[in-house]
Amino acid sequence: MGFAATVTLGLAGLFALAWVIRAGGRAVLTGQSRSLVNDMPLTAAFGLLVILIYAIVAIAAPVLAPFPEREIVGSQFQAWNAEHPLGTDRIGRDMLSRLIYGARNTVGIAFATTALAFVVGSILGLWAALTGGWLDQLLSRFVDALMAIPALIFSLLLLTIFGTSVLSLILVIAAVDATRVFRLARSVAQGIVVMDYIEAAKLRGEGAWFLIRREILPNAMAPLVAEFGLRFCFVFLSISSLSFLGLGIKPPTADWGSMVRDNATLITFGDVTPLLPAGCIALLTVAVNFVVDWQLHRASGLKEG
Amino acid sequence: MILTRVALGIGLLFVVSLVIFWATELLPGDLASQLLGQSATPETLAALREQLGLNDPAPVRYWNWLSGALTGDFGVSLATNRPIADLIGARLGNTVFLALYAAALSVPIALTLGILSALWRNSIFDRAANAGALGAISLPEFFVAYILVLWLAQTGLFPSMVRINPTTTMGERLYMTFLPALTLTLVVTAHMMRMTRAAIINLMASPYIEMARLKGLSPLRIVLRHALPNALAPIINVVALNLAYLITGVVVVEVVFVYPGLGQLMVDAVSNRDIAVVQAVALIFATAYVGLNLIADVLSTLSNPRLMHRR
Repeated sequence: MGFAATVTLGLAGLFALAWVIRAGGRAVLTGQSRSLVNDMPLTAAFGLLVILIYAIVAIAAPVLAPFPEREIVGSQFQAWNAEHPLGTDRIGRDMLSRLIYGARNTVGIAFATTALAFVVGSILGLWAALTGGWLDQLLSRFVDALMAIPALIFSLLLLTIFGTSVLSLILVIAAVDATRVFRLARSVAQGIVVMDYIEAAKLRGEGAWFLIRREILPNAMAPLVAEFGLRFCFVFLSISSLSFLGLGIKPPTADWGSMVRDNATLITFGDVTPLLPAGCIALLTVAVNFVVDWQLHRASGLKEG
Repeated sequence: MILTRVALGIGLLFVVSLVIFWATELLPGDLASQLLGQSATPETLAALREQLGLNDPAPVRYWNWLSGALTGDFGVSLATNRPIADLIGARLGNTVFLALYAAALSVPIALTLGILSALWRNSIFDRAANAGALGAISLPEFFVAYILVLWLAQTGLFPSMVRINPTTTMGERLYMTFLPALTLTLVVTAHMMRMTRAAIINLMASPYIEMARLKGLSPLRIVLRHALPNALAPIINVVALNLAYLITGVVVVEVVFVYPGLGQLMVDAVSNRDIAVVQAVALIFATAYVGLNLIADVLSTLSNPRLMHRR
């Protein structure tokens, strides 16, 4: 189990690095940013560090990857060696390079989908809460009906109808997740629209768009940001699952979900390589969860019970 | 109370069937032109429309589809031209078997872990269980599945593929489906455990628990006899929700273990764009999902007298 030891060591190293950075932050920073670092648990520092590393890898993918994403550079299923540190895949593409490009494709697509779901869901949710009446009823009942179908099943149904391309994948998952965002945004905003300052702004004659943008949104930001993190995890996992099922992002585009599927035969021979992309997915989800936990904790002001 | 909830559930099912049916109407053009794509000639289009019954108005088609589905006739698969009921038949049983197997493993484990970590809260055990739960929630199902394959199937303890035929005995079946069931168990246990713990800890702050403690009862007795009955409603809810979650989890796990169930049928149908099969399977999954939520609501109402006699 030399591999398990390497992974454990790597994670321990990341934790240590996060601790050092946090300690450095505490020593150097002053003022408001200092208090942010002060109450940051080690898990959150670790999460932020991991997210940062993923972002750097995604942006600098062409520089970091030793080989191009789609080129066949060797024979099939090579073992780990000096030229190909993680071996090659089913048709001889370099695993390490595809893993690095995967950060760009998988995470990028998941991020775009979440952002889209968020813009649509939260604007509709805030608008429904602000307007109330039949518009609110109509949208809410419609969302209720959609949410009565399990998300994965509904996405599969929509993907059958619109076909399985990356664009329809983004639109379908965004549509399904927007219903969940709508629910949250609406219930958060309902507590805000009854406030006096909203009444005052309405009497000033402000329009709905101004009210949503300048009066409601700033006050609904904290729960929405935490929801964004959680939503990203869900979207990321469902896109990976769909790609794994062969219905999402497809080869030759490097994607972590489909890479697992493509090379799964190796697992039955005891080779861990196909698990690495799945591990990348898991690590990012855990990291985002850590940060969200910390943010929720800060927002609610709760102490550990 | 309960009757209204059941009526609501049936109404919801009706709406769900409507959504599943109308989803096909979202297409630009119609199903026939979408399925045939560029190569369509007017004749083949007309023939396919005739075969799919697309010439009838939508409400009529919906009625035919729904009344057929209620009597077990889901129509004909577009890809293989076989009756969908035949395709679903045995697979439905397999999927239900796998889900029940996973439920039978996960519910007792989750409840025991939840109660124990509430009993020993803030101990090492509690912290370890919580960290494990957070980890398990964050992992994709196929990752958990392959790790189990790597650990348990590699050593030859359990088979990594499920081959079921009519002669398979119950014991063999339990043995062969152990890994898929274990995967599902790991995925759903975490959430159930955390909710059980939270429900019990919530109650532990109430005065009657304080009273029981002052009487000198043992902590285990307080948790089991005093806290647990009142925590039943939220626990039942989260158990049912997670069993409903099994429905979607089953799709991915079935593909990993090549398990002959509904999930695999659905995935194949999606890649063939066999909309008739997808609609039928989606209807079955959605019915199970709505049904489980309904059962959860009814059971948690029954478990709490205050909900039964609400004024």
